[in-house]
Amino acid sequence: MSAPLLSVDGLRVGFNTEGGLVQAVDGVSFDLRPGEVLAIVGESGSGKSVTAQTIIGLTRSPNARIEGSVKLDGEELVEASDTALRRLRGERVAMVFQDPMTSFNPVYRIGAQIAEAIQAHRGDVGKAEARARAIALLDSVGIPDAERRARDYPHEFSGGMRQRAMIAMALALEPEVLIADEPTTALDVTIQAQILALLEQLNRERQLATILITHDLGVVAEVADRVLVMYAGRVVEQGTLDEIFYDPQHPYTWGLLGSLTRLDRPRPQRLPQISGAPPSLLELPEGCAFRPRCPHEFSKCPQQPPLEARLTEAPGHCDRCWLDPERKREKRQVAGQIGLEAPAP
Amino acid sequence: MGRFIARRLVGMLVVLFAVSVLVFLIFNVVPNSPPAQRLAGKNATPVLVKSIEEEWGFDDSLPQQYLSMMEKVFTGELTSYEPRIPVDETIVEGIPATLSLSIGAGVIWLFFGLLLGYVSAIRAGGWLDKLLTGVSIAGISIPVFLLAPVLIYFLTYKIELFPNGGYVPITEDPWGWFTHLILPWFTVAVLSIGFYSRVLRSNMLDAMNEDYVRTARAKGLSERKVMTRHVLRNSLIPIVTLFGLDFGATVAGTAIITEKLYSLQGVGLYAAEAAEKFELPPIMGVTLYGAFFVVFVNALVDIAYAYLDPRVRLGTSAQ
Repeated sequence: MSAPLLSVDGLRVGFNTEGGLVQAVDGVSFDLRPGEVLAIVGESGSGKSVTAQTIIGLTRSPNARIEGSVKLDGEELVEASDTALRRLRGERVAMVFQDPMTSFNPVYRIGAQIAEAIQAHRGDVGKAEARARAIALLDSVGIPDAERRARDYPHEFSGGMRQRAMIAMALALEPEVLIADEPTTALDVTIQAQILALLEQLNRERQLATILITHDLGVVAEVADRVLVMYAGRVVEQGTLDEIFYDPQHPYTWGLLGSLTRLDRPRPQRLPQISGAPPSLLELPEGCAFRPRCPHEFSKCPQQPPLEARLTEAPGHCDRCWLDPERKREKRQVAGQIGLEAPAP
Repeated sequence: MGRFIARRLVGMLVVLFAVSVLVFLIFNVVPNSPPAQRLAGKNATPVLVKSIEEEWGFDDSLPQQYLSMMEKVFTGELTSYEPRIPVDETIVEGIPATLSLSIGAGVIWLFFGLLLGYVSAIRAGGWLDKLLTGVSIAGISIPVFLLAPVLIYFLTYKIELFPNGGYVPITEDPWGWFTHLILPWFTVAVLSIGFYSRVLRSNMLDAMNEDYVRTARAKGLSERKVMTRHVLRNSLIPIVTLFGLDFGATVAGTAIITEKLYSLQGVGLYAAEAAEKFELPPIMGVTLYGAFFVVFVNALVDIAYAYLDPRVRLGTSAQ
């Protein structure tokens, strides 16, 4: 196995707020290798976006407390200077954001905004050349008539085209790592499929290491190699795509899988859901954070379970649940498939 | 863009028509006394009143009266009657002083307003921001009629730093022009400096939370470029509208008080003196020409706005 390109170890991000310290990310660790697609999955507020933005220092602020380590090719980023981080943004680690409607500046032409990304890092590239490169990039992500469309303003692009342009901009300097923060969430399903296909193709052609942040397991199933499931700022389960989908260990993962609507299964009476709401990060329950929503809670749960491999046959598959793996296999069967049973009324 | 400008200019003509009708009604129709008497002035002879009545056609129908008034306005035949001085010529004589005052003040308030606002925004929450906030609010709170006498008292009588009032044409003596205008400029500008810096600061703080600013950072732009090209640039758009309105209001409003206070021989002083003497034709002329000017400036501003914010150019093709 090749050496990791990006290595995150014990990352903790907290924000001072009026209500106290909000620990948005609490001890996240993972490795990312060239050509690998890592999916970070979780609900809103689980800390997945904060994790991603912290990698390139976008969460830095006087109110943020960032601990742990992020290493890109051995170079520590958590302690890097603002200038060092700035040089690396876009150049080595690029980011695509959720909402393509608002992620472009409305007053500049699309082509100019891509050219700006190029010129920010390549001082020797002239205006005309940066423009020509921007057009080539738009063309490469499938924007028809790129030469003319580069002169359009963002509001003249459709949502899907804007996200393509966003990806073109992220690829402008041939980065090694692409962080895609909910890249398909704001798009309709057909466009989602196109954008995912584009990301997959780039990943294959350029060996681009990708972090895909999403709450949509359908998206994960299509493109991810490995999966990290986050809940309330912590990783509750991590493993390969197959491990997570076919042998999920954490009840929260069961819930996520069970709430997928599937066309190849009999239609349920109503859509399954995980009852309750994620806890406030200011008042986390003692022990396992998922405990208040978990129908399988038992005496050990008030203690925080460590994230560790609990299956001898899968040393890379870790989770945070005290339940015995054998009992998990029984408990996760709900109506003949994986799911989280509804809590007793 | 061409279509947008054409549409805006047509809109401007409609507004001008409405303004002129309003002025006509206010001056000639609404007051409950013979209009010729009022136009003639307080001590007019019956002969003069009679001739004005014929000249303006006050026996005709209202639309006809309106047309003859507009004819006078556009052919420059509007005069005050005692003594008989053409209104348009006097206004033209006053324009250099008024424009010198307004444009100079506009440049000063834009420059300092934006500078203070920008510094405040990028230092938001710090001591410099708090200091500038205090200065801005002081500037907004001081009325012109208080500020001007205080400045004149201390800076021209006490220490004789600046000349005492009057206007020197720039063509005769540029330095004299400059020194005579510094105090009036700042008198007009102080309020707007405070106001603009507050508006820009709040616009910039809003813009800093926009997604596209995060995108700009993620591209690896320097903090200075993020602030100027993305935060400041987008925050300036509302300022342009504000400036159009305020500049018009300065020429047609604040200038009157300021020119009076500093005895600058501009259009504002002319209007103020005409008002003191109850001379209607100059007031009518200044009101109408002033309104035309304000409407014209606003049309220009809207066009500039469309240039700055492409989303405004509705109905234009995407080329």
